Amino acid sequence: MMHGLVNRGVECFLRDSFGPALWRDVAADAQFGADSFDSMSRYDQGVTEALIDAAAQRLARSREQVLEDFGTYLASHATVEPVRRLLRFGGADFMDFLLSVEDLHGRSRLAVPEIDVPHLALSEDEPDVYLLACRSTFAGAGHVMAGLLRAMADDYGALVFLEHRGQYDGAEWLRVHVAAARFAAGRHFDLGQSAVAGGVA
Amino acid sequence: MDGSAPMIPVSLRLTATALDRLMPMYLAVDAAGVITGAGVTMARLYPDRPLIGQSLFQLFDLRRFGVITTMAALQACLGQRLLLTPRDGGADLRGLAVPLAGDDGLLLNLSFGIGVIDAVRSHGLTNADFAPTDLAIELMYMVEAKSVISAELERVHSGLRGAKSAAEQRAMTDTLTGLGNRRALDAGLTEIVARRRPFALMHLDLDFFKSVNDRFGHAAGDHVLACVATVLRGATRDGDLVTRVGGDEFVLVLPNPPDAKALLRIATRIIQGLEVPIPFEGQVCEISGSIGIATPQHFDRGDVAALQAVADAALYASKRAGRKRATLAPDPGRGLR
Repeated sequence: MMHGLVNRGVECFLRDSFGPALWRDVAADAQFGADSFDSMSRYDQGVTEALIDAAAQRLARSREQVLEDFGTYLASHATVEPVRRLLRFGGADFMDFLLSVEDLHGRSRLAVPEIDVPHLALSEDEPDVYLLACRSTFAGAGHVMAGLLRAMADDYGALVFLEHRGQYDGAEWLRVHVAAARFAAGRHFDLGQSAVAGGVA
Repeated sequence: MDGSAPMIPVSLRLTATALDRLMPMYLAVDAAGVITGAGVTMARLYPDRPLIGQSLFQLFDLRRFGVITTMAALQACLGQRLLLTPRDGGADLRGLAVPLAGDDGLLLNLSFGIGVIDAVRSHGLTNADFAPTDLAIELMYMVEAKSVISAELERVHSGLRGAKSAAEQRAMTDTLTGLGNRRALDAGLTEIVARRRPFALMHLDLDFFKSVNDRFGHAAGDHVLACVATVLRGATRDGDLVTRVGGDEFVLVLPNPPDAKALLRIATRIIQGLEVPIPFEGQVCEISGSIGIATPQHFDRGDVAALQAVADAALYASKRAGRKRATLAPDPGRGLR
């Protein structure tokens, strides 16, 4: 099963990034029988799969690319600003944030008990290089994480090189090279200013 | 040394830097209650003046069950929960005091408690101002996540509410004419009876409609029905309920109706409107209508069915008298019921 919030996120991603017409086409291609997801319902995971496949087809890019773009969108687009804010609670700088990604699954479940966020495990490979094991029932979740982490690195102003190393031992592996934790100014984040205007779109 | 006895150090020595990381909201005071050390976050609450050298009791109102104004009183509740209200009007703090080994001073560890969100906002604090063991950030995360989810729930809910009322509207509407249907009539009558408002009922049956259908086809019939709806809307007030309850049968509910004579005039005006010839694709359709009227005098003890029967009987009287006319149901005072 897939939580409606995730599907709703994919819907907002497609609509905000490529326009309402593309979203309608993708929804039709994927044989999704409505014009919008109910973010409080649960859907069969096949619905999400079909949606990503249809989007990849329409956009003439790989499924992996679509998933990574979705991850970037989640951490950076104005429509889903609350997601970025909640991610920033992870740490004061990028290193603290990176350390906190193992909590991501637990934190998400604190907010929405049934949501499907990947299990993440971080280990140091060599100085400044970390390996992130991403376990999820959704194949390709590692690509979403890759996009999300890249966007968060920008958000913190860190210089990070990140690659998806494929699948091994039931996990997708990301290699995260933190070349400079404080490279640029990063985006503003005010811990106390929780201006929840419209929720997730 | 006895191997089974745990080794408990008599005292621990920490540098000020280490203490800062462990409890960035600490205060150290000497035997006289003068502040001798303050954590970094504590210092951020007082950006304009140094805390060291000030009297604890001048900076805060300290309380437990009673007010604590002396070091002796504070010594009496070591290790117990304390409440500190800043005298300059900041948010309340909670905490505890413990003795320092080796001198007569005390160490206080303070926190914002549930007021942390306001404190973070008013002092511009960041994750770095809290010890990694402090759950303050998690608390703020939870509060924010909760409002994000509530906002999303509210969005979903208002969408559902809109869809529900639209569906209800559709379920109560006659799609051909846009008038209410029988369900709308039943709901309207239930409501008006519940509100105990007086009302009149008109029962209209079209005359010669069947021949329009027979001669010009159903498309012409549909067009005529739409025109009838326009006539009925034009002859009634905003608050009146106009419904199509059968093929060529209509019921009008008029709350707070005018007197019987005026009702009869309204019905006559409707019939005149119906009799205006209706052109349709080169043909001209001509109909009329018969109406029966029941007034509030015919309505007793909430018996809606009886009232409808009265209007029905009056309609039948119109038909029998040669159609194309309106009939008021006879005054109940003069019998016939």
